[in-house]
Amino acid sequence: MKLNELTISELRRLLDNREIRPRDILDDVYQRIDAVEDKVKSYITLTKEHAYKTAEAAEQLIVANKASLLTGIPLAVKDNMCTKGILTTCASKMLHNFIPPYESTVTKRMGEQHYLLVGKTNMDEFAMGSSTENSAYHTTKNPWNLGCVPGGSSGGSAAAVAADECIAALGSDTGGSIRQPASFCGVVGLKPTYGRVSRYGLVAFASSLDQIGPITKNVTDAAMVMNVIAGHDRLDSTSAPVDVPDYAAVLGKEIKGLRIGIPKEYFVEGMDNEVATAVRAAIQKLESLGATAVEVTLPHTAYAIATYYILATSEASSNLARYDGVKYGFRAEGKDLLEMYMKTRAQGFGAEVKRRIMLGTYALSSGYYEAYYKKGQQVRTLIKQDFENALKQVDVLVTPTSPSAAFSIGEKTTDPLQMYLSDIFTISINLAGVPGLSLPCGITSAGLPVGLQVIGKHFDEATIFRVAYAYEQSTDWHMRRPQL
Amino acid sequence: MNSENMENTYGNGKYEAVIGLEVHAQMLTETKIFCGCSTTFGAEPNTQTCPVDIGLPGVLPVLNKKAVEFAIKTGLAMNCRINAYSRFARKNYFYPDLPKGYQISQYELPICEHGAIEIVVDGKVKSIGITRIHMEEDAGKNIHEGGGAYSFVDLNRAGVPLMEIVSEPDIRTPREAAEYMRKMRSILRYLGVCDGNMEQGSLRCDANISVRPVGQKEFGTKTELKNMNSFRFVEKALEYEIKRQVRVLEEGGKIIQETRLWDSAAGVTQSMRTKEEAHDYRYFPEPDLVPIVAEKEWIDNIKASLPELPDAKRERFVSQYGLPEYDADLLTSEKPIASWYEDAVKAGGQPKAVSNWMMGDLMRLLNEENRPIEECPMQPAQLAGMLRLIDNGTISGKIAKTVFEEMYRSGKDAETVVKEKGLVQISDEAAIEKAIDEVLARSQKEVERYKAGDEKLIGFFVGQVMKATKGRANPQLLNELLKKKLL
Repeated sequence: MKLNELTISELRRLLDNREIRPRDILDDVYQRIDAVEDKVKSYITLTKEHAYKTAEAAEQLIVANKASLLTGIPLAVKDNMCTKGILTTCASKMLHNFIPPYESTVTKRMGEQHYLLVGKTNMDEFAMGSSTENSAYHTTKNPWNLGCVPGGSSGGSAAAVAADECIAALGSDTGGSIRQPASFCGVVGLKPTYGRVSRYGLVAFASSLDQIGPITKNVTDAAMVMNVIAGHDRLDSTSAPVDVPDYAAVLGKEIKGLRIGIPKEYFVEGMDNEVATAVRAAIQKLESLGATAVEVTLPHTAYAIATYYILATSEASSNLARYDGVKYGFRAEGKDLLEMYMKTRAQGFGAEVKRRIMLGTYALSSGYYEAYYKKGQQVRTLIKQDFENALKQVDVLVTPTSPSAAFSIGEKTTDPLQMYLSDIFTISINLAGVPGLSLPCGITSAGLPVGLQVIGKHFDEATIFRVAYAYEQSTDWHMRRPQL
Repeated sequence: MNSENMENTYGNGKYEAVIGLEVHAQMLTETKIFCGCSTTFGAEPNTQTCPVDIGLPGVLPVLNKKAVEFAIKTGLAMNCRINAYSRFARKNYFYPDLPKGYQISQYELPICEHGAIEIVVDGKVKSIGITRIHMEEDAGKNIHEGGGAYSFVDLNRAGVPLMEIVSEPDIRTPREAAEYMRKMRSILRYLGVCDGNMEQGSLRCDANISVRPVGQKEFGTKTELKNMNSFRFVEKALEYEIKRQVRVLEEGGKIIQETRLWDSAAGVTQSMRTKEEAHDYRYFPEPDLVPIVAEKEWIDNIKASLPELPDAKRERFVSQYGLPEYDADLLTSEKPIASWYEDAVKAGGQPKAVSNWMMGDLMRLLNEENRPIEECPMQPAQLAGMLRLIDNGTISGKIAKTVFEEMYRSGKDAETVVKEKGLVQISDEAAIEKAIDEVLARSQKEVERYKAGDEKLIGFFVGQVMKATKGRANPQLLNELLKKKLL
C-alpha cells in the first residue's frame, strides 16, 4: 500500500514508530499527483520544495520525540487561506499574483507542528459556488467520475483527499462549501460551530457565515485536525473563548440512548431517491446502534436559501470592495480613477462573483435595506431559533448533505438557482451557526458517493464526532476509494 | 422681538440660521483602533502600517479597548448616556485612501447619545445638545504631488481612532459655532483624549447649515460645509454661507442640498457635490466585530477617573477666588493655564492680581513666541514672589512690568532681577525730595505756569523725576512730596 492512501492516524503511528519518514509520505503523495493531477486538477499551486524542506524539520522533531498530531503529515489547504510567502489566489484573476506577507491562524497552528503543505487547492472563485466550476483557473473533476463536479466551493480540497493527492485538507464553508464537496467526493468534512475556528487569514466571503474546517478520509482524522486548529484566537474577535475538548477522546464512546432528530422538512419531494434511501438506511443503522430517532421540525427551512443569498451577498459586496486595483492584485489601466476601478473589477472578477456583488449591493442600498438585509437578519434569527428548539429535544440532527449525488460538469452553470439549490440542506446550518459534518453513507447506482449530514449543538462538535464515528465503524463506506 | 434676538438674525431681521456641527476628533491612543500600529504623526509614508490597516485579504480588526475608554470618557464629560450595548457598522464607498472599500464606523447603535455642553457667549450661558458620539477609523491620505499622471496613497493615518461628535441643530450664530468648537477643544484637551489641533487636522469640523424666516418652525434646506480648519474659518465660512443662503432666498431662488467647501483664500464656499451625487453608504452591522458591551462597573471607574472639567473649574474659580466670569473662563480654557494660575495663588499671589498678570503680560509674551505655558521659563511661585515685592513697596507696579519681562526671559526670581538691575524702588523721602528739587530748579518756567493754574503740568514734573530716578521713585510718595513743594 502507498503511504498517500493512509490516514493521518495511521501515518502518525508509522512516523512515531520510525517505520517511515515524512519525506517517504511526500514521495508517494507527489508521485500520485504526477499520475492523476492532470485528470483531477485539484490544485492551483503545488508547494513541493517547501514541503520537502519542512519534512526535514519535521523528521528532526520526530527523532527528538517532539512530534505533535500533524508533524510530518502532508496536507492540502484551500487557496483562500493566506500562507506567508506562498501564492494565495482565491481562484480569482483578481489575486493572480497575491503573495500574503502573513500566515492565517489555522495554517500557523498547523505550521507550529510542522505539517507539510502539499499545495493550495482549487475552489470556486472567492468560495462562491457549489461545483468548483467558478474557478478562474480550471475546473476540478470528481475523482469518482471525471465527468462530474467535485462539489464546491472546496472542491479542490475534497477531490485531492478523495484522490489520495494529500492525506487530508482544509476547506472553508459558508453555505455548505466543505460538506457538499465532501459528500460528492465520498470523504468526511466538518463545518465547525461559527466562532470555533479562527477566520484570521481566511479571505472573507461572508464574514458572519464563513468557517474553516477539515476534509479528511475518516472521522478520526477530522477530530485530529480539529484538535489542532480549533480554539480562541486573539486576532479574530468573533472566535469564541470557549474551551476545546480533546475530540479524539470521544471517539469510540457508544451512542446508546442518544436522541437523533430527523427534520421532516429535509425529506422532501424532488429529492433524489437513491440519496433518500441511503440516508434512511443510515438512520436505521444508528438506531440499531442504540440511538433513538425522533422526528423534529425546522419550520423556517423554506426561507433559508433566500435568506442566505441576501445576507451572504450583502457581506460579500462589502468584503470584496477592497479589490479595487489600488494596492495589490490585478489592475486594469484606465484613463482616470473611476475607469481604472471599473475595468479592474469588470475584468478581475468572474461572472458569479459579479452577480453576487450586484445582489448584495442591491440588498444593502438605501430604500431596500429594510426589505432585504434587515428582513434577512430577522429570518436568520428565526432559523437559529428553529435549530435551538430542535436541539433541545435531541442530541444531534441527521439529514442528507445534498439532495443529490455529484452532478455533471456544466449541468447547472446556466441556471444559478438550480446551483444554489444544491446547498439547500447545508445553508441553514451556517445561518444558525451550529456545527455540521458530512460523512459517506452510500454509493449510487451510477457509482457516486452519498453524504450523511450530522448536525450538533453550538460548540458540541464532540457529540457529532461520537455519532459519526459510531456510524463509520459499523459501515465500510469510508473505505471505498475511486478508481482513477 | 427683543434686541437679543435681533443680533442673531440676518437679512434685515427676516432670517435666522440653524447650525449643527459634526466634529471629528483624532484620539490620542498610542496604537490604532483595530491593529497595533503606532498613531504617531509625521512618519515616512506607509511605515506605520500592517496587513490589517492596509486592508489585505483575510485580515480582521481587533478593537482597541483604550479607544472605547476615550469615547466613554468624552461621552461622560459631555453629559451623554453611555449605551450599554453598541456596535460597529460598515460605511461602504470607494476611494483610494480607504483600503478596505469601507470604513468601520458606528451607525445605528453609537457608544454615546443624548448629551449637552455649555458655551458662554457675551457672558450668557447656552446649552448645545450633543446628539451622539461614535467611534470610527480614519482613512489614509492621497498625495497628488510629484507623481506625474499618478497619485500616491499614504496609509499611516488609516485606522487612527476617531470620535465623531454630532451636535443638535441648536447653534444659531457663527459666534456660537466658534465658541462651541472652543469648548469642544477645551474638554477634549482636559480629558487628554485629543490634542485638538485644527491646523494639523486632529480636530476637524463639518457644519450643517440652513436659514429660515424668523418664527418658522420647519428647517430650511441645508448645505454641508467642509474644510474649515481653524476656529476663525468656522466663523467666517458660516458667516459667508448664511449670507449666501439669505441672498439666494431673497432673490426668489431655492437652496440646493449640497456639500460645499470653504475656500479660505477666496473667502467663499464652493459647491463640491449635490444630493444627487451623494453616496449611498450601504451601512450594515460589521460582522467581523462583536458588539461592545460597556459594563456599569467599567463606566463607573471611568467616571471616577474624570478630571475637573472646564465648566466646573470656571465656577469654582469664580466662587473660590472671587474672579469675574470673564477671567475665570479664560483661565480655565486650558488645564495647564488653570494649574499655573492655581499654583501662583497657592504660592501667595493675590487672586485677581495673578489673573491680571497672566491674562495680560504672560499671555502676550507666550503668544508672541507661540509657546505653551508648560514651557514658560517663569514659574508660578516666581510671579507670586514678584507680587510680594510690589505689595511691600520694593518695586512699583510700573517697574514690575520690566521685572516681569526679565523674569520671563531669564527664569530668574524677582528679587534677583531687581538686585541685578538695580530696580529697587526709592522710598527714601530725602532722596526723592533731592530729585524733585533738582527738577524744579531747572524748570522755572513750568513752575511759574503751574502756579498760574496750569495744573496739567504735574505730569511733566512726575515724568522728569521718574526719568531722573530711572523710574524707581515710589510714585505715591513722589506725588505727595511734589504737591507739597509746589504749594
